[in-house]
Amino acid sequence: MEILVCAKRVPDTSENEIQLNRAGNDIERDDLVYSINEADNYAVEEALQIVAKAGGSVTVVTVGGEDDEEVLRREMAMGAGHGVLISDDAFTGSDGRGIATILKAFVQKGNYDLILAGVQAEDGAAQIGGMLAAMLDYPFASLVNSIEVLDSKKLKVSREIEGGNREVNEIDLPCVLSIQTGINEPRYVGMRGIRAVASVPIPTISASDLNLGPGTVGRCAAKVKRLDYFLPVLGKGAEILHGSREENIDKVLELLEAKGGLR
Amino acid sequence: MVESVQSPALATYGLIQGRLLFLIIPILGTALFAYIVARRLAPLLRAQADFRFDHPLLRIGNVLKFWFGQWRHPRYRFAGTIHILIFAGFILLAARAFTLLIQGVSPNFVMPGLSGEAGRVYGVVTDYAATVVFLCMVIAIVRRVVFKPARYAVPARHGKGHPIDAIFLLVLIAVLMLADSSFLATKVAADAKQGLTSESLAVFSLPWILRDLLISISMGNLQVIYLSAYVTHELTFFLLLCYRPFGIQFHVETSLFSIYFAKLDREILKPVRWGVSDEQLDQVKSFGVKSFEDFTWKHMLDFYSCADCGRCSDNCPSNAVGRPLSPRFLTLKARDYAFQTYPVFSRSKGNGKALVGGIYSEDEIWSCTTCGACEAECPLLVEYIDKIVDLRRGLIDGGNVPQSLQKPLKALESRGNPYGKMEKKRAEWASAKDFLQACSVKNLEKSNGASLLYFVDSITSYDDRMQSIARATARILDHLGENFGILGAAEKDSGHEARRFGEELLFIALRDHNSDAIKKSGVQRIVTADPHAFNALKHDYTDVPPVEHISQVIAREVRAGKIKFNPAKEDCVYAYHDPCYLGRHNQIYDDPRDVLDAIPGLKRVEMKRCRDRSFCCGGGGLMLFYEPKEDERMGVKRVLMAAEAGANVIVTACPFCMANLEDAIKVAGMEGKMNVIDLAELAGEHIVREDSKCDRSTAMEAETWKF
Repeated sequence: MEILVCAKRVPDTSENEIQLNRAGNDIERDDLVYSINEADNYAVEEALQIVAKAGGSVTVVTVGGEDDEEVLRREMAMGAGHGVLISDDAFTGSDGRGIATILKAFVQKGNYDLILAGVQAEDGAAQIGGMLAAMLDYPFASLVNSIEVLDSKKLKVSREIEGGNREVNEIDLPCVLSIQTGINEPRYVGMRGIRAVASVPIPTISASDLNLGPGTVGRCAAKVKRLDYFLPVLGKGAEILHGSREENIDKVLELLEAKGGLR
Repeated sequence: MVESVQSPALATYGLIQGRLLFLIIPILGTALFAYIVARRLAPLLRAQADFRFDHPLLRIGNVLKFWFGQWRHPRYRFAGTIHILIFAGFILLAARAFTLLIQGVSPNFVMPGLSGEAGRVYGVVTDYAATVVFLCMVIAIVRRVVFKPARYAVPARHGKGHPIDAIFLLVLIAVLMLADSSFLATKVAADAKQGLTSESLAVFSLPWILRDLLISISMGNLQVIYLSAYVTHELTFFLLLCYRPFGIQFHVETSLFSIYFAKLDREILKPVRWGVSDEQLDQVKSFGVKSFEDFTWKHMLDFYSCADCGRCSDNCPSNAVGRPLSPRFLTLKARDYAFQTYPVFSRSKGNGKALVGGIYSEDEIWSCTTCGACEAECPLLVEYIDKIVDLRRGLIDGGNVPQSLQKPLKALESRGNPYGKMEKKRAEWASAKDFLQACSVKNLEKSNGASLLYFVDSITSYDDRMQSIARATARILDHLGENFGILGAAEKDSGHEARRFGEELLFIALRDHNSDAIKKSGVQRIVTADPHAFNALKHDYTDVPPVEHISQVIAREVRAGKIKFNPAKEDCVYAYHDPCYLGRHNQIYDDPRDVLDAIPGLKRVEMKRCRDRSFCCGGGGLMLFYEPKEDERMGVKRVLMAAEAGANVIVTACPFCMANLEDAIKVAGMEGKMNVIDLAELAGEHIVREDSKCDRSTAMEAETWKF
């Protein structure tokens, strides 16, 4: 089974203190460390596990710049056979639909049976998977938390639904699935693995390779534009604790007790 | 010469003459033994290299101390004494046993040097030796059958034990002693009946008692007993010899080699592969131990040498709190695997199967805190930490790392600390307002010119509670007039735990970064308050200035009179908890205690488990992130031990001990009844300062230390 995983490099939420910048149009990007979007990492692990059982290969693709090669290498160190960077100045300023358009063009150049995406990027809008499926006219399942290969034409997938329940579906291949975290336990990628793939060439694909003109992608084509970026104002009844960790814990306990949350 | 009984060599057994029979039995027995040993060596030949051939004098010294001197046995008073007696008995009886074997062919053989008076003295000594060994066997059997010491038990999760094996071997040795003594006693009894003079037996020895029992038996029966005793001795001797390589008594043969080849520099972890430098590591195909054949030959020899005495696991904190790890079974499962995979009488089945997921579980391998209690106890110097680390290297290489450890490892890679905190905040502890008034700490990233580096390391830099240790340490250095500084954002985690969790390349990256930063700072000495950083800088880093732990500095300055203490609080009873990487791994036991004892009026008690038997708090570094399967916390056990000793304050000298013990006090519900304080904090609190500014701020911080 040929599997494509769409991945994104995002600021690592566990290793950064995310703050708004002064202009209020983005987060403060100095001193940030990045890593692969967590859900995408689960998608790669799932792809590797499927391939280990059913055969085939795993390709990881990302739309971005030179810096984004880093996450492709990490996923290749994990075991993905190929990494592809789609990069072009013409893509700058693309909205979600623009990115999906780019990916659609890339998918159509290949021969993929299954396309996986993380359920949502930590800095994203959970829109690429669904849009990509619609553009390709492929079936789509979101929030997938288990995959079973039935045969070369069909998968059994279960989805997380409200209240922690599961819904099980049969889905025809080729299809697009958005992968929920927790579907598996992603393997560890050590320094050694990364070093082993450090010099493997990663092909870069440009707008012209994909026959994409400025009318379809990039800033001009974007139909969603960010207007503002801000921290919500304190609502009625909200309280922010500013003490030390110990003091905050005591205060939270006190509040919980006072409001009957602890018995 | 007139003989009262016919000697075994001259008697006939069925149609075979004794001489011939007792020539054939030893030849067959020895040949079989040689074949078995050769087969046992088969996996060692397929094992990884291990460089153990240096420092022959040191190694002989180890043999004299740990093998011949049985150095560690008295740590278990009763079992140790029994073992020493048996060991001494075996050594003494060796010449007698060989004489007896040779007499089966040559009846009048006397061991050279043991004729005449020497022979008589040797006779008396060995009469007693045989008696003592026999009695020890009886005691050992009774102990195992009736009293069943807990440390011999085999919990179901570790599979089946070999209880019959141990008892069977003990019985065989008892039979051997009985046969030997009966043979001697029968001859003396027969001589006495015939009015012949013969050698005198040692009073109250086993042969002496047997002679009295035998003297009333007819000559004909004595002859039968005499020959039977000899045959029994002969057969038992070779049965024992050939059976030992199948069980726990193989150590009789292998211990000498195990101890000779034992690791000399225990502080230094085994390299990924012997003879492969850090630069060549990229060419190594596979890291660590994945299959049995990835162990080194010495580690396999360890598996054979283990006597299953259970002392390692009896002292293992992981085992004590019900984690899946028990060092004893780490060895025994490997030995069983070796015996099954490389059988003596059929073809080897070495197939490179993964050990973890087979005989070991992942949790078992991650459960070890590398505290070293097992290695400090093992009478045979079996190595455990290197094996655990090698198994972890294998797991890391295969990507099998618990999710709980993946984030901190990734953070170490990208941020240089396991918490994923910003580099620029690493020195923030030094800009706390109250502290700044008292002393300012040079940041060597920005300015050179300090002679001493205070290496803070991650937990002390970032953790709210541990930052107080950093400030106390800095203030002590300041009080001593040291020209010191910190690396600030240029400091990364020492990598001590990254290495011990098997992520060797990450460790190397951290080490190289820090080594460069230290070199650039131009310092001549390093001090740290974190024993893990101390151990890393001292043993894992090769190219940095000498390093001291703050407890060594304080102790030295106390002795030099540069530090004086105010009297201690009267209502506190202190117990010092030895951090593993200060104590067991670096033998710093006395300095911290000397510091405590230098505080006038300080009441100090010792916990039962102290010094090299200290009980791990739960482990440091990455172990704080790991979620072990356990029945209770090590820290809780430790806090209860302190309470049992009558203490209400535990003093430690390690930020990780602090973290674990403080948590444990809360878990145990002992808040208010038990407290933990770091040695640097305690010393800082009591130092007599001339500088009034410091006094004021110490008083302020001391507020927070009030119990």
